[in-house]
Amino acid sequence: NAVMAAQMTDAHRRFLQVLMSNGITEGSEARKLHQHCCETDKVYYAQDKLDDFISTINSHLQPLFMQIRKGISEDDGTAHYAVVNLAETEVTKMASDYTEIELELFRKTMDLIILSENGFASSTDILNLADQLKTKKMKKKEAEQVLKVFVEDKWLSEKNGEYTLHTRCIIEMEQYILSNYQDVARKCNICHSLAIQSQVCESCGIGMHLPCVRKYFRGQTERRCPKCNEFWSCDTP
Amino acid sequence: QVSELVQFLLVKDQKKIPIKRADMLKNIIREYRDAYSEIVKRADRTLQAVFGLQLVEIDTKRHIYILINNLPRPEGQHLCRDKEKEKMGLLLVILSFIFMKGNSVKDSALWEFLHLLRVYPGKQHSVFGDVRKLVTEEFVRQKYLETTAIPLTDPPEFKYQWGPRAEKETSKKDVLNFVAKMQSKDPTFWASQYSEAEAN
Repeated sequence: NAVMAAQMTDAHRRFLQVLMSNGITEGSEARKLHQHCCETDKVYYAQDKLDDFISTINSHLQPLFMQIRKGISEDDGTAHYAVVNLAETEVTKMASDYTEIELELFRKTMDLIILSENGFASSTDILNLADQLKTKKMKKKEAEQVLKVFVEDKWLSEKNGEYTLHTRCIIEMEQYILSNYQDVARKCNICHSLAIQSQVCESCGIGMHLPCVRKYFRGQTERRCPKCNEFWSCDTP
Repeated sequence: QVSELVQFLLVKDQKKIPIKRADMLKNIIREYRDAYSEIVKRADRTLQAVFGLQLVEIDTKRHIYILINNLPRPEGQHLCRDKEKEKMGLLLVILSFIFMKGNSVKDSALWEFLHLLRVYPGKQHSVFGDVRKLVTEEFVRQKYLETTAIPLTDPPEFKYQWGPRAEKETSKKDVLNFVAKMQSKDPTFWASQYSEAEAN
């Protein structure tokens, strides 16, 4: 792109500050924030140009190895934004907020989730892990508390006693997960991003995000796998 | 090196922990010690240009720094950079009280005042949790409040004043305007505080 990068204004800076302190920001909230920042700092507000606004910020974040990244929720397909550190080689974003033992529990929980069929790990399985931590054993009560904090801080999300990775975690750690779980981590056949929760074709094994499946099969009378053409066996609620 | 320092400062600042120069030197700069001041200057410039934050030295003897918010503060958004709006609300009220009472209050007076707001040191508050800890530890550690022991008191009493972060992130004028708004009066109603705030 030969266009000179647009200048950062206070509106951009304010937007970035809020995004960073939110951790993860949902799409419509981000749009409202864009408007609010432009109005507060008396900067021209170009409606529906949120992506351009974010590109300007990103061009200035690039030399710092940071980026505002957009990710899609695996539950409902809504867009979310998070500020990501691109230079991370491991779970360093969390490193400053949690103890060594909590980080170990998180890593092991992440293993369980990624290696699972459906992208979920039951609380029972995770609590059993607490016993086997190398750093120091963790009591079940303590582990339950830590899991609660992970959910509050939006690294994990919980549904019916089972845990999966929060959209925030997926956006922030996609690179880390794809490189560290190379052989196991699944990519969605439709959008090609990391898929933690996915529906899998019984014949050829490709996976797709639930929102991506819904979109793909919309208006189609027969549901067939995009790769091997066999009937798609999973239900789409 | 500059980008690493910027990242380091952002992380430390997330918790509002003051940053010691020794930590900066230790963690990041290693081989580039001679270029230290240049690297810090560039990091500060980047923080201001991209994030609207400024690196400020609050203790020139012990070389301790904090990041403050450089962006213009629209009304009603004092000190609010993060979602901890309620804590900041409480802090603003405390800072107002301290200023209106002549910039220094005894801890007993502060707690008496907070009683009026139904905030009690012994009781868990539904929003703030352990308020005593919040006020005497967290706000002090973050340099919003400063506490000093009053000499020759037994049992020991303490006095509270604005901390260096409060001084940099807000102003007496803003605080007086807040009080005036709350009480539906003109700031000039408090003549001595008004002239002090204008002089600041």
